[in-house]
Amino acid sequence: MKSAQDIFEILKEKFPEEVISITTGKPKEDIIDIHPLSINKISFFLRDSEVLLFDNLILLSGVDNADGKKKTLPDGSFEYENNTLSVFYHVESTSLKHKITLRVTVPVDKPEVESVSEIWMCADWHEREAFDMIGINFLNHPNLIRILMPYDWEYGYPLRKDYKNPEFYAGMKVS
Amino acid sequence: MLKTEQMVLNMGPQHPSTHGVLRLELELDGEVINSVTPHIGYLHRCFEKHCEAMTYPQIIPYVDRMDYLAAMYNEFGFALAVERLMDIKVPERVEYIRVIMGELQRIASHLVAVGTYGLDIGAFTPFLYCFRDREKILTLFEMTCGARLLYNYIWIGGLSHDIHPDFIRYTKEFIDYFKPNLKELNDLLTYNKIFIDRTANVGILPLETAINYGVTGPNLRASGLRWDLRLDDPYSIYDKFEFDIPVGQGWHGTIGDCWDRYYIRILEMEESLKILEQAIAQIPEGDISSAIPKRVKPPEGQIYTRVENPRGELGYFIISKGQLQPHRVKVRAPSFVSLSVLNELCKGHLVADVVAILGSIDIVLGEIDR
Repeated sequence: MKSAQDIFEILKEKFPEEVISITTGKPKEDIIDIHPLSINKISFFLRDSEVLLFDNLILLSGVDNADGKKKTLPDGSFEYENNTLSVFYHVESTSLKHKITLRVTVPVDKPEVESVSEIWMCADWHEREAFDMIGINFLNHPNLIRILMPYDWEYGYPLRKDYKNPEFYAGMKVS
Repeated sequence: MLKTEQMVLNMGPQHPSTHGVLRLELELDGEVINSVTPHIGYLHRCFEKHCEAMTYPQIIPYVDRMDYLAAMYNEFGFALAVERLMDIKVPERVEYIRVIMGELQRIASHLVAVGTYGLDIGAFTPFLYCFRDREKILTLFEMTCGARLLYNYIWIGGLSHDIHPDFIRYTKEFIDYFKPNLKELNDLLTYNKIFIDRTANVGILPLETAINYGVTGPNLRASGLRWDLRLDDPYSIYDKFEFDIPVGQGWHGTIGDCWDRYYIRILEMEESLKILEQAIAQIPEGDISSAIPKRVKPPEGQIYTRVENPRGELGYFIISKGQLQPHRVKVRAPSFVSLSVLNELCKGHLVADVVAILGSIDIVLGEIDR
């Protein structure tokens, strides 16, 4: 069983460029920030390294940070400029019983993160959900289509903070 | 020359054995399944978006409606997550009542799982016996908080009411009443030869696949891993009780087949009864509302908290920005993860086995679609 700090040091030694920083402090969880285009190889290392053995991806969640500049539009709605989106990975080891939270952050204009669905199979559906709800584009995902919303939904990503309800859907007035 | 081609068959969305509104797209080669593609989202109501517009106590009735067969446990998990975020220590009596309610809920949920599983396979009678017993538990819940399905009972820092003065007596009576009924259920269904033939060696889930797909709860334990969050990541007061964690052993076939997954639930009901007996004997007197905060406003930060729901690991990932409403609530729904493994389980089996396999992983669509 290793602490988040130990895991961070192991990762930092192996990937000095790609692993950015660690945030600690309670009630916050310890979070390791990773470069979005290297999460795939770091995940392979996390799963296969003999001292880490992170075999289980508990949860993958997309988050709209809403930390950009808020701009009100003429019709009363608003949107964010220079906003960022994040993906959180909660992974644990069922044999060594340690767990860690990883985070990647991407700009909203180019939300591209590497897929980890070949490493942990459950990431397939979690990533589809993050794509569906937040609009994160997972590179190299085998089947990145909507999962909870209708397949032909073209009115944006519902969990974005600046999401606007469509007035009509399939010819029906909805709001 | 015989012309052969794959046939695509839609099972659902309105199909009695899908336990909700779920569509499975089966690709068949004759009667053998080549692949299964689940299409979900028919019950989607974007619970997570609702949460961002509401205060924390207002969210509790909404979490009831996710896994509506285990609403008590959903509240338990959410209350625990917010309490950890705010560093609230709840009174001992509250912890005991929560555990009692949680374990009663586990039995009620497993009874539905077991009963409807029999129904899927063609055994109608055990279903009625299971619902007769579940009714007693729902009566206990009704006596406690007035509701039978969606309770809004476990609040952040406490409970909405104390238990009824006669609750302990009635729960004892229920335990004594229910113990022999488990044996009756075993005689009716568990060791029935037709049932064993339909379920043993069907839908085998190897342990590596289960872990890699993130399958948790009874389904993971049936595949042979002793993993229960009540002991492996202890929360509340589960460390005070003595109970076993049943693990699949391939009693009538291979480890991790449908029969194992079914039987693990029967064994877990027995373990829950053990916890209930101990909790009822030890429950202390005290106030139940002393730790309920006047204003729920957690500090900035994020937390992932998980509990052992009847269906597996139920997790709440909450991000707070120091406001009355959460910035983001993400739910790790155990059924959502378990359903994603369905394709692996069904490959190479016959069409009739899809129903047996789907029933054995015990999904609730309210939680999958959220």
